[in-house]
Amino acid sequence: MAHNMKKPRTLAQKNELWAYAFLCVPIIFYVVVRFYPTLYAFYLSFTDWDIVSRDMDFIGLENYFRLMGDSVFVKTLGNTIRYVVFGLPISMFLGFLLAYHINYLNRGADLYKTIYFMPYITSMVAAAWVWRWLFQPPPVGVFNNILTALNLPSQPFLRSTTQAPFAVLVTTVWADLGFQMIIFLAGLKGISEQYYEAARIDGASNMQQLQKITLPLLKPTIVFLVITGTIRYLRIFTQVMNMSTQGDGGPLNSTKPLVLYIYDTAFRSFEMGYSATMTVALFCIILIVTLIQMRITRSEDT
Amino acid sequence: MKIRKLHILTHILLITFGLAMLFPFFWMIATSFKQGRAVFNLSLIPTAPTTANYVRLMTSGHFSRWFINSLICGILVTFSVLFFDSLVGYTFAKYKFRGKKLIFLLILSTMMIPTEMLVIPWYIMANNLKWANTYWGIIFPGLMSGFGTFLMRQFFDGLPNDLIDAGRIDGLNEFSIWVRVCMPLVKAALSALAIFSFVGNWNAFLWPLIISDEITKYTLPVGLSFFNGEFQTEWEMVMAGASVATIPVLVLYLIFQKQIIKGIALTGVKG
Amino acid sequence: MDELIKEFEAENPGIKVSQQTFPYENYNTKVASSVPTGTGPNVINLFYGWLPMYMDAGYLQPLPDSVFSPEKVEAEFFPLVSAAKFEGKYYAIPTAVRSLALFWNKDLFREAGLDPEKPPKTMEEAIEMALKLTKKDKNGNYIQEGWGLQLNGQIYHWIRETLVRQFGGTPYSADGRTVTYNNQAGYDAFTYATNLQLKSQVGMPMFMTDDVTAFKAGALAMNIDGSFRLGTLDAVKELDYGVTDIPTLNGISSNFASFWANGITSTTTGKKLEASVKFLEFLTREDVMARWLKDIGELPAKKELASRREFAEDPQYGPFIRGLADAHATMFVDEAGQRQVWLDAWDQVVLNGMSIKNAVDGAAKAEQAMLDKYYKNK
Repeated sequence: MAHNMKKPRTLAQKNELWAYAFLCVPIIFYVVVRFYPTLYAFYLSFTDWDIVSRDMDFIGLENYFRLMGDSVFVKTLGNTIRYVVFGLPISMFLGFLLAYHINYLNRGADLYKTIYFMPYITSMVAAAWVWRWLFQPPPVGVFNNILTALNLPSQPFLRSTTQAPFAVLVTTVWADLGFQMIIFLAGLKGISEQYYEAARIDGASNMQQLQKITLPLLKPTIVFLVITGTIRYLRIFTQVMNMSTQGDGGPLNSTKPLVLYIYDTAFRSFEMGYSATMTVALFCIILIVTLIQMRITRSEDT
Repeated sequence: MKIRKLHILTHILLITFGLAMLFPFFWMIATSFKQGRAVFNLSLIPTAPTTANYVRLMTSGHFSRWFINSLICGILVTFSVLFFDSLVGYTFAKYKFRGKKLIFLLILSTMMIPTEMLVIPWYIMANNLKWANTYWGIIFPGLMSGFGTFLMRQFFDGLPNDLIDAGRIDGLNEFSIWVRVCMPLVKAALSALAIFSFVGNWNAFLWPLIISDEITKYTLPVGLSFFNGEFQTEWEMVMAGASVATIPVLVLYLIFQKQIIKGIALTGVKG
Repeated sequence: MDELIKEFEAENPGIKVSQQTFPYENYNTKVASSVPTGTGPNVINLFYGWLPMYMDAGYLQPLPDSVFSPEKVEAEFFPLVSAAKFEGKYYAIPTAVRSLALFWNKDLFREAGLDPEKPPKTMEEAIEMALKLTKKDKNGNYIQEGWGLQLNGQIYHWIRETLVRQFGGTPYSADGRTVTYNNQAGYDAFTYATNLQLKSQVGMPMFMTDDVTAFKAGALAMNIDGSFRLGTLDAVKELDYGVTDIPTLNGISSNFASFWANGITSTTTGKKLEASVKFLEFLTREDVMARWLKDIGELPAKKELASRREFAEDPQYGPFIRGLADAHATMFVDEAGQRQVWLDAWDQVVLNGMSIKNAVDGAAKAEQAMLDKYYKNK
């Protein structure tokens, strides 16, 4: 120790060495398993590699031109955006509603949290199979049996190009709701009780408190949920693959999200190059969403 | 009085909606105890409940193998993530070194890269290195995470530097300081990270689907996904399988409920 | 299979066979990744629909003329074997063959007042019976189907290789490179098939999730399915069912057959090549093939065997084996893709109300594009 006290710069140097020692394995990992594959995916997007042939031909921007004229890509991108635009606000709204009400309860809050959170930790594959059966036509479909019992006409659900995306959304929102709720609960807990007390003294109604205090103060939470949710919904895949008859995102591609198309192209049609091009597109979309988030949070801080 | 009435109404609504949320679980479990044509009788209470599906599930086919595969992969990844993410997070929180900002930024930036983009290169890599159909092949992409690193750095940041200096004065080397002095103080964060990591892995689908093509090397979600083929569209078996797949995470959740919710609230990301 | 391998090893000391199995869905990714590196298998068992893909990739080598000359193969095997012939040479040899037959539920026949031992012989009879066997609830939902219409099951094969021919057409040109169902025969066949759902209303896709589930549950009276289904159905105790020949239409009978074939990978040479050829010879020997049927329920690929009385008149396997005589194996270049095209055509008609002509022409165009893409480099 005396040695260190005399030469403090050596301690700093020694610690720097320790830091590098701690980081060397992780740095190798990030380079090999994250950065190199990312660059490789970019590279692949300029080739026509199809897994079976041994060589990769560089074909320039051909895949990108193909992408723009690919009606299935446009369709799946549209489907994906529809999942984001419809699914996310609904699950956020319901999640907020739950959090808002659970927050002021003295009893049962833990029980409710557990109930609503369970779907979120359940395996999506398992959940998708259960929901798939719930949406079956009569006589086995549970929802259709309920409709019949209520004397309502039965619905085709997964067999309809208009209803199947809705069925996928219901499943997704069901699984996602608990997450939104928990984050909102954390946000609500972070709001000091003093604001509300002051508001009550001013005679503000519950609604006014919600509008003037709760929602504005939850803005960071909401921004966070919108951004992470957008990314999560952009990557919808598992439920669609497991809910459509052939795992194809049918009927007639009506439920097929971008990631399923990427998967099909790569691992069913073996068009690795073209599939990589689509992953680059997905990457760009996510990058843009993230940059917007950073922009908003930064303006928030200043 | 008014408030109490309001609360009762809230409870009623929350319970009703909660039961609706739980309905798929009730139905899944009920079906898993039915057999033969009773499966198509949609009652929630099986008339002649049987555990035969579960017995068959665990004794025939590959289900028990998938369960073990998922368990092994989940545990290995969790330990790796706990070790490396907290080590890296600690290093960024408590050391000064050249390139620190840049390296940290680069590690964080990996959170933005969607897995979908990486799976094709990983797949090529794994095939070239003969990692396909091994546990290593399934787990290698998840051994560390930018998210976990970020999380742990936040926690280690909150620890006073005096503790570390005290450790140095006691003659501990830097590694021992981290393990013996600092790690015990972030137990809450570690258990949250452990659970995300395990649950995330237990439920992971895309990569295990791509990398394991030998039926004995499937993880549970992949196996479940092809289950209909394996058991020739026996829905009661699918439901029994789905129930069993749900149990471990449910048990974990019930035990660590508080930490999970706290952890998720703090970090907001699914493992 | 394990037993056969043991037998082969006993007959050929010095050759050791190790077997690896992959599930159908992931088979190709696995093999595709291991063959080029030379670490893959020497003998691969492939679904015949994948052969073009493997040929394309250069994964297979032609079977040696000394043992499997085209003349010999064509004399001994059913004509469907030609789906494994490329540029005059055989690249794989079928071991297990599958064909289609009509499964009918005897209990449901009884219930509907039909003779449970008299399944339909013609499509006219079949539809008439199917109408009696279909039950609906007050809202018009099916409770019981007369005729299975699970498109992603075997029905699309039935439309393609049976109905199209029964209406006087052929689905593809003889070399398999051109789609030829986009004409009157194709329209007629597709109209006929979709009318089963739209007009006669005797069935629909996804009824009770799928045809097999519905048939097992006793909610589907007649279904066209493959020989591989017998095992599954025999396991259901409550089920009293029979198997018969696919109904004729316009006096024509036609069947679809598929097979799994064994080929030798291109990276196999020397001693391993010799051993692989020996193994294929062994697998296609008549006494070994006879056991395929008895032990695993796969039909024999050789004509001589199938004509044996014990096989041709077997109450369960008979219809399948008899069907082989006029069975065609579609020359798929992308089995999953070509199936999807037909599924989509069906959905266009049934869900979107597209005209038969447009739907069939659209399917033909999409399928032709797949064929062109594949044969472009040939």
